[in-house]
Amino acid sequence: MWEKVKSFASEFFVTGDPLIYGADVSIALTLIALVSVLTYFKKWKWLWKEWLTTVDHKKIGIMYILSAFLMLFRGGVDALLMRLQLAVPELDFLLPDHYNQIFTTHGVIMILFMAMPFMFGLFNVMVPLQIGARDVAYPFLNALSFWLFFFGAMLFNLSFVIGGSPDAGWLAYPPYSELMYNPGPGQDFYIWGIQISGIGSLMTGINFIATILKMRAPGMKLMKMPMFSWSVLSSCIAIIFSFPILTATLALLFLDRYGGAHFFTLDGGGNPMMYINLIWMWGHPEVYIIVLPAFGIFSEIVATFSKKKLFGYKSMVYAMMIISLLSFLVWAHHFFTMGTGANVNAFFALTTMLIAIPTGAKVFNWLFTMFRGKITFETPMLWTIGFIPCFVTGGLTGVLLSVAPADFQFHNSYFLVAHFHHVIIGGVVFGYFAGLYYWWPKMFGFKLNERIGKWAFWFWNIGFYLCFMPQYVLGLMGMTRRVFSYGWDKGWGDLNLVSTIGAFLMGIAFLFQVWQIAHGVKHRKDNLDKTGDPWKHGRTLEWSIASPAPHYNFAVLPQVTEQDEWWEEKLRKKQGQFVPAAPKKLEPIHMPRNSGIPIIISAFFFVAGFGFVFHWTWFIIAGLAGVAACMVAHSFNYDTDYYIPVDEIERTEAESRVTN
Amino acid sequence: MAHKEMTHSPEETHGSFKAYTLGFVFSIVLTVIPIAIVMNGWLEGRANAIMLMVFAVLQLAIQLLFFMHLREEKKPRYNLISLVFGLVILLVIVAGSMWIMMYNMVAV
Repeated sequence: MWEKVKSFASEFFVTGDPLIYGADVSIALTLIALVSVLTYFKKWKWLWKEWLTTVDHKKIGIMYILSAFLMLFRGGVDALLMRLQLAVPELDFLLPDHYNQIFTTHGVIMILFMAMPFMFGLFNVMVPLQIGARDVAYPFLNALSFWLFFFGAMLFNLSFVIGGSPDAGWLAYPPYSELMYNPGPGQDFYIWGIQISGIGSLMTGINFIATILKMRAPGMKLMKMPMFSWSVLSSCIAIIFSFPILTATLALLFLDRYGGAHFFTLDGGGNPMMYINLIWMWGHPEVYIIVLPAFGIFSEIVATFSKKKLFGYKSMVYAMMIISLLSFLVWAHHFFTMGTGANVNAFFALTTMLIAIPTGAKVFNWLFTMFRGKITFETPMLWTIGFIPCFVTGGLTGVLLSVAPADFQFHNSYFLVAHFHHVIIGGVVFGYFAGLYYWWPKMFGFKLNERIGKWAFWFWNIGFYLCFMPQYVLGLMGMTRRVFSYGWDKGWGDLNLVSTIGAFLMGIAFLFQVWQIAHGVKHRKDNLDKTGDPWKHGRTLEWSIASPAPHYNFAVLPQVTEQDEWWEEKLRKKQGQFVPAAPKKLEPIHMPRNSGIPIIISAFFFVAGFGFVFHWTWFIIAGLAGVAACMVAHSFNYDTDYYIPVDEIERTEAESRVTN
Repeated sequence: MAHKEMTHSPEETHGSFKAYTLGFVFSIVLTVIPIAIVMNGWLEGRANAIMLMVFAVLQLAIQLLFFMHLREEKKPRYNLISLVFGLVILLVIVAGSMWIMMYNMVAV
């Protein structure tokens, strides 16, 4: 019996690597610490009632962002481990297998479990406030989306200590990801982790399209909507049309691995190139999905901190819509070297280059917004200004890559690695940081320390250029991606060392940000945002209410007449033209009730996914039965909403209301 | 329960029992026939492919009409736009994949 347990455990848990034992211990310690703190302060009930079962979009947004930060830490540690291994030639810090697992998990985590939830967090926190709505269109679905993402991400992360991580690259190209070359459970963790969280992403896309199209405040025509909400709309359109492709592709790969199908196995009559073709049909829109909201954030910030109307509002809207359409027409540029004819390559090279046009238009719009504006350099603006040169140069190397014949040189080299980190860190990560700093006071009711924020900014930026500029050169010198070690004779040593130093500077920058948040929480009493408009020049509706927003957002739904309604209202007040509308009578507010079903159903999805990973049929059945039971239970739940009485609204407003 | 009428205005119907049953029966029939064709090997080659495609398209139409309530919306503009966009993306995926995969210089 004992022998049986031992042999099971040695197969089940990942053994033999001190790094992983360290991770085991730290995971156990963190869990024990969490449980004991919650028990000691008797916070279990509070946690369940206030957070785990919440359907409040603001709280869900905060949970998304918190998870994204945790994942940024994990993905960042992966990155630093890789850079350490590559710092000096012929280092034996990581074994090849382990290195493969690390670059795979780094990619998956950073894109799917860091950038996506960070983006969804910002969607959740700000879109309803910006468009003057009291909630998202489907609050229950929203909670379900979050928990599906969360459990999907946990399932994926579990592979690190149980079973073994996937190691076929972040897009899991066959034949590496097929059963023949990858028999362990790692690849199944990949499929199910992404599959489960992907359902959540798709539902978020639907939810926010419905919210934006149906729930805008009276008077807010589409062409008067804040730019961030526009960017969310364009991003969500790309989500709902591209994520089904991912789902189908991974389902086919799963059938190959689990059901003995041969969609992508060459010797079984399938074609691995079809997988690459399909996955990039999702993968390319995906990068625009994550960057478009960053464009929206920059637009808001540039206008606010230049104290000017955004230049070329309409052209911004059209540019975003064109990008979200064009993003579906360029996917083949990821495999120019596959050997399709010149016609195919020429077509996709051209469509790829076309995207530079609307993007360029946006950059000029931001620059023209700044032109003759009274710019101040608070941290959100700093990130925006840091973004522009970074994204422009990163975009230019992208245009170089889009030249099909030249791509045969750059393909799979460090030039490519440098390019996509350049645009994704410079565009997406900088954008989300800018948004986080910009909206932090609105989310939590206090401002963060600007000084520490500026340290973080400079460390991120200097570290970033130091890390990725050498990689362009390394790529041209012939260093290919995914190499785990290289010889002294290659001459790549110095540049790699510089790159590693840059990576560690970014690690330090992350620590600055953690410190900044801890410092902000500690000193929050001194930095309370009492006005609701902490940057003093807020333009859109979210700044017209108290910080943090009451859980019903707006006591009275605002009436919108202008593009930047809040800014215009302040102007009217200043010019003495402000005619306060007759104070509207407060009415009871219709709100959704909290529900435990989203977290429970997602936990059952997790169980089913775990069963699929290890081929444990009884686990799969239990998980799916639980999912079905939750669906039935929810469809018979008629007590899903309630009304906030007027006197409670009055009390909340009196407590939080401030004279502005 | 008491405030249920607040969330949906009465004229926005969500389909009748009959419509759902019909949709369900149609979609099962349209699933069983192609399975039968493939399992029994009734058709081969091009005829087989075309028949399967026809059933897939019919299935799509049934889903849209009976479950997505394509006809019942009062203001159908968003529906139309998203349907057309969906068809465009579908065309891009299918035609694009065929173009890319069939004109592969290495494969030929």
